[in-house]
Amino acid sequence: MATRVVTVDRNLRTGPMPIVRGMALTFKNMLATWFGGKASTVQFPEEKRKTSGRYRGVHILTQRMDGTPKCVACYMCATVCPAECIYIESGERPEKDIEKYPTRFEIDLLRCVYCGFCVDACPEEAIVMSRENDLVGTTRAELIIDRDRLMDRNKLIEHGPGYRPEEHDVRRPVRIAALERLRKEHGIVPGMPQRG
Amino acid sequence: MASATQEPPAASGVEAPAARVLRAELGPQLRSVADFRGDLAITVERDAWVRAASLLRDHPQLDFKLFLDLCGVDQLDDDTDEGLRDRYEVVLHLYSVTHKHHVRLKTTAPEAAPDVPTLTGVYKGANWFEREAWDLYGIRFTGHPKLERLLTHDAFVGHPMRKDYPVGQRHVLKSPKVQLMDVPADSEHLLVNIGPSHPAMHGTFRVQALMDGETIAACEAEIGYMHRNFEKMAEVRTYWQIIPYTDRLNYCSSFMNGHGWALAVEKLLGIQAPPRAEAVRVILSEFSRIMDHIIAIGTNVVDLGAITPFFVMFRAREDIYELLDACCGARLTVSYVRIGGLAQDVPEDFEARCRRVMKSVQEVVDQADGLLTRNPIFTSRFKDVGAMGKDEALSWGWVGPCLRGSGVAYDVRKDHPYSGYEQYDFDVPVGTVGDCYDRYLVRMEEMRQSLRIIDQALRKLPSGPVIVDDKKVALPPKSEVYSNIEALMNHFKLVYDGILPPPGEVYGYTEGANGELGYYIVSRGAKHPWRVKVRPPCFNIYQAFPSMITGALLADAVAIIGGLNVIAGELDR
Repeated sequence: MATRVVTVDRNLRTGPMPIVRGMALTFKNMLATWFGGKASTVQFPEEKRKTSGRYRGVHILTQRMDGTPKCVACYMCATVCPAECIYIESGERPEKDIEKYPTRFEIDLLRCVYCGFCVDACPEEAIVMSRENDLVGTTRAELIIDRDRLMDRNKLIEHGPGYRPEEHDVRRPVRIAALERLRKEHGIVPGMPQRG
Repeated sequence: MASATQEPPAASGVEAPAARVLRAELGPQLRSVADFRGDLAITVERDAWVRAASLLRDHPQLDFKLFLDLCGVDQLDDDTDEGLRDRYEVVLHLYSVTHKHHVRLKTTAPEAAPDVPTLTGVYKGANWFEREAWDLYGIRFTGHPKLERLLTHDAFVGHPMRKDYPVGQRHVLKSPKVQLMDVPADSEHLLVNIGPSHPAMHGTFRVQALMDGETIAACEAEIGYMHRNFEKMAEVRTYWQIIPYTDRLNYCSSFMNGHGWALAVEKLLGIQAPPRAEAVRVILSEFSRIMDHIIAIGTNVVDLGAITPFFVMFRAREDIYELLDACCGARLTVSYVRIGGLAQDVPEDFEARCRRVMKSVQEVVDQADGLLTRNPIFTSRFKDVGAMGKDEALSWGWVGPCLRGSGVAYDVRKDHPYSGYEQYDFDVPVGTVGDCYDRYLVRMEEMRQSLRIIDQALRKLPSGPVIVDDKKVALPPKSEVYSNIEALMNHFKLVYDGILPPPGEVYGYTEGANGELGYYIVSRGAKHPWRVKVRPPCFNIYQAFPSMITGALLADAVAIIGGLNVIAGELDR
């Protein structure tokens, strides 16, 4: 397409009217915010902004049906992590078809950039992300979260799952313990991410 | 480089004008001409460096007036050379706005004496770039007016981008530089620091001004407070892993940085993303551009005392953030692109969401227009303040809305369309005087044009996959990884070995919110790039700032800096 260059008009007439109109606009917006409910802000922390079902928050390790970690300690997430924040140590499992599991799995959330590459790299749907984004710690050590905290986090009750693969591993189903407990104890089924 | 050939490119059969002219003028001093992925690269002897650059600038057939980028490259392990005769390369990128072509001019310097004559006499913009190359590589530019460290601090030892620099060291700056310039003892002028932490400075950078009453008599800028050496980190990351780092360059429009990076790597690989991915990239890039312009205009007028337009415009920005969140799960650090496409398809209600956001953007642009454009309080602060002429802007290497404000209609989206921009009908707004008001008007008009582009892109949003079907580039679908061994092995190989591009070097460029955002990638065929250089648009723009405000009022300096929209993440990298 032909390039159409337009020269901006810098000789617009100015005068007091634009100021008056601007003032009117300001009051209009003010009234719309007060009475029309058109505020863009939320009353944090009482009220929280809704995040999408793809939100990349603090990680979750999923579990097998027997409650053991789904992770097979393949180190893919640790390899792909641009922030180098995942630390894994592996142990052997008696089952022939699983072989390995993580004896240690730690994520340094102070280093993590929440890019979600670990989720993309995981071949087992073992690591997914939650929508939790307001994690607070009083020491650095508190924010290096270990395997058991990653597997079962109470915070999920509030937030629900976020970024995860578009397809489920149907042959080896996973469960997210916190969600299950939530359903059992409170009868709540948090909104699952919409899949496009 | 190994890819350099003495022969003209075989594809066209005719040598490019730049190579022809330089060959005729320089004779044996022209060392080689290479053409890789359509990028013309000319290597000349060190003695002919300045002459070659001047020829490229002044020859009527070439007319490379726009200075884009200058950087160093360390070819330490290049075993084709004995004694590291050509260890350091200095690479210059130029563009001609009249003939619409790029050129890459290179020269080499030996390890023993890395001296290269300065180009500051040819291009004004070369000043800081040469300082940066000295700082990071230790290449001495003879004749440079002020060859000092730029991005690192004065207590820093060594040159960090050198391949043999031992990483992990800490250099502590015990006594920061108090005075950036010499002030005579009997001077009656007052030395004022603006920044590094000042509400009007839009990031952490510092300007020291010598005040004569309300007028700035002299001034000096200092940057590097946010320097983290992204380029060094990129040398130990795979092409895929660099994507989150690009989000942090221009963090006001982070999607566009990733878009530019993906396109540069795709150029290196010689692949193209599927049409749906390209269309979505265009839509989100244009939304990011709007967001960036909203910040530029909104914060600029806040500095001048008008808080209403800021609050009005930031409503739309919030809506755009929500759209990005719905697509990729993050508001600011999106990391949505992948080499060869996108991380995942957009949500089902993408079009409806976009339409809603468009409506909101249209509303706030109109409101801000009503509040500002004809407002005499505002125009008297902006009109004829910080005027920048056409030729000077080109010599500084200005790009984007700032260059267009000065009257040069250079827009990468029009002149070198990428991602399917050629399908969309939009106008390029330009100014006449090149002052703050022109820059403001250009940005306002660009937001409207962006809406036009988004509208067209949404209308013909193609269906289909969002990532290339190339097993060496894109991860296989998860359902296959879970169920079949070939896909699983493919997945493992790609994660562990990364994407392996061919050896070569490309300069990929896109129209970022602040102008031409370029990535110069040198690949040696390994999974990590050998060298990545970001050509940050606001580095050139901010470089001109001290000379723009010398002689101006201090209050005008605040108006000018906001209109330049300098983003520290991109400036300091």
